[in-house]
Amino acid sequence: MHTIPEGQLKRQHLYDLAFRGVTRIFAFLVLTILIGILISLLIGSWPAIKAFGPGFLTSHEWNPVTKQFGALVPIFGTLVTSFIALLIGIPVSFGIAVFLTELSPLWLRRPIGTAIELLAAIPSIIYGMWGLFVFAPIFAEYIQPWMIEHLGPIWIIGPLFRGAPQGIGMLSAGIILAIMVIPFIASVMRDVFEVVPAMLKESAYAVGATTWEVVWNVVLPYTRIGVVGGILLGLGRALGETMAVTFVIGNAHRLGTSLFSPGNSIASALANEFTEADGVLYTSALIELGLILFLITFIVLALSKVLLYQLAKGEGTRT
Amino acid sequence: MKLAHRMFTPALLALGICAATTATAANITGAGATFPYPAYAKWAEAYKAKTGTSMNYQSIGSGGGIKQIKAKTVDFGASDAPLKAEELEKDGLVQFPTVMGGVVPVVNIEGVKPGEMKLSGTTLADIYLGKIKKWNDPAIAELNKGMKLPDAAITVVNRSDGSGTTFIFTNYLSKVSQEWKDKVGNDKSVAWPAPTGAGGKGNEGVASFVQRIKGAIGYVEYAYAKQNKMAYTLLQNRDGQFVAPEDKTFQAAAAGADWKNAPGFYEILTNEPGKDSWPITGATFILMHKTQANAATAKEVLKFFDWAYKNGDKLALELNYVPMPDEVVALIHAEWKEKLKDSSGKPIW
Repeated sequence: MHTIPEGQLKRQHLYDLAFRGVTRIFAFLVLTILIGILISLLIGSWPAIKAFGPGFLTSHEWNPVTKQFGALVPIFGTLVTSFIALLIGIPVSFGIAVFLTELSPLWLRRPIGTAIELLAAIPSIIYGMWGLFVFAPIFAEYIQPWMIEHLGPIWIIGPLFRGAPQGIGMLSAGIILAIMVIPFIASVMRDVFEVVPAMLKESAYAVGATTWEVVWNVVLPYTRIGVVGGILLGLGRALGETMAVTFVIGNAHRLGTSLFSPGNSIASALANEFTEADGVLYTSALIELGLILFLITFIVLALSKVLLYQLAKGEGTRT
Repeated sequence: MKLAHRMFTPALLALGICAATTATAANITGAGATFPYPAYAKWAEAYKAKTGTSMNYQSIGSGGGIKQIKAKTVDFGASDAPLKAEELEKDGLVQFPTVMGGVVPVVNIEGVKPGEMKLSGTTLADIYLGKIKKWNDPAIAELNKGMKLPDAAITVVNRSDGSGTTFIFTNYLSKVSQEWKDKVGNDKSVAWPAPTGAGGKGNEGVASFVQRIKGAIGYVEYAYAKQNKMAYTLLQNRDGQFVAPEDKTFQAAAAGADWKNAPGFYEILTNEPGKDSWPITGATFILMHKTQANAATAKEVLKFFDWAYKNGDKLALELNYVPMPDEVVALIHAEWKEKLKDSSGKPIW
């Protein structure tokens, strides 16, 4: 039998150790950077935290002259626009992914798939400019008047669709965001749908399930984690998107009941005001906005983990 | 080894050349306001071609400019809003204006062409306060007798980003309207009181909102109104005259200002007297430390601006900035002589 000499073994062991060490350093680097950012945000926002306390979260005042700052308007705008983006983006992405994996003829899959990936590669400022110069005028001219006429009188949701059709505002920002997150969510969904074993699907088809039943009862449960991951990726982009939102949201520190009214998001407030913010309190209020965005993202991530965990727990008991 | 040597030698040589050029030609750095950046950049280019001295200006915003000069990381800072004399004193800074610009109200009303609509300061303030809501309001009709004004809602557009333009604009509104002064105030960004309105990022953001929204009014730097052929309004100045925004009326505002009695050139050229004065004019400023540890560099900075005052007018005018009048430049030179000292107390200029 051929034996490996002692020295070589030792050397290989050393290589292994070194390799493990290096990979561990890389992994911990991420953690260190994350914690570092969190700490520097905390330090930077400390003057604002001290001055405004928890009231910062509930105050809608934002007045650089009197140095009174509150985060309610940007938080509201961030959540509303991201919600609209997901409301539109998830069903459309789901449709795209199902079509591409289950229904599309083979020759069409590649061009559509590539088109989606290309959409994801477009820089966000292009979406913003397109939103402002192309989408907003069309939206104001044709779509908003229709919405005001037909959706405005409806009970409960009516007030959301009232006001002057300016083409810019929270709804426009939400729609642009939806277009931006669709490629992310759709391509992740497509990738995970593709890994569902053909045998599972074919078995379902064999017992007479329709395409819809296969997708809903076989593909989706199998790919749940991947789908939620894709949605989170999209949500992450929507929450933090800066330039595109800044262009179309209207940038007004005002709490509007209508989705047509201009609003503000955390990221766009930062982009707008950071360069010329002077005075400790102003800068630190803006940094606290950044901290809040950080926390919102963290909470969303944690909630989705909990959701997945709950779903997994239910799995075993189902018969 | 030999190969490495062969590769390194030219690289070292190149490095050496770079080092040599930077050593012979002076290099000055500045940071701050975005508004004058195009002018400073053009000046720097022309100045470098002429003297070899390169001026590196980073337009990081006035707030950043003030922070950086206080921290002494740059040779000069730049700000659109002047610092008050007390603040200059506290940080040992000298301040002087370089170029001026005008802020112009622009409107989008069907059938109203550039220079047709007349507005007064109080009307403008009431529009931005949200008190005047329609274009056919009696206050506007009174100023524009014979003009057909539509029964359309007014949408006010403001700058969403903090900017010197907003500072000058709100400074003017504070001077002409007590209510504006009490309720809103004067800063680079303010809490806009009008219930309907939108904010555009940068001059181009405001310009595009005004062009797109029917019944909108906004305010932009003169250059943008001119380049985009927007419907600017005439404004009633302090002497009661309706004036159009142009180089002549901006310079009239600067000439009317009492620079001599403004310590640290703290002079915001809004609502200045003079029958030709455009009422919303403002200068942009340079900040330097009074006591300069490195007198040679400080001298280079002064030489650059001296050159710009003498030779930069044409370049500035091409970019629609208004050069400082000669009388003011003379005052600036006097200020340099008097205030800027090296570490031993000798004047630098």
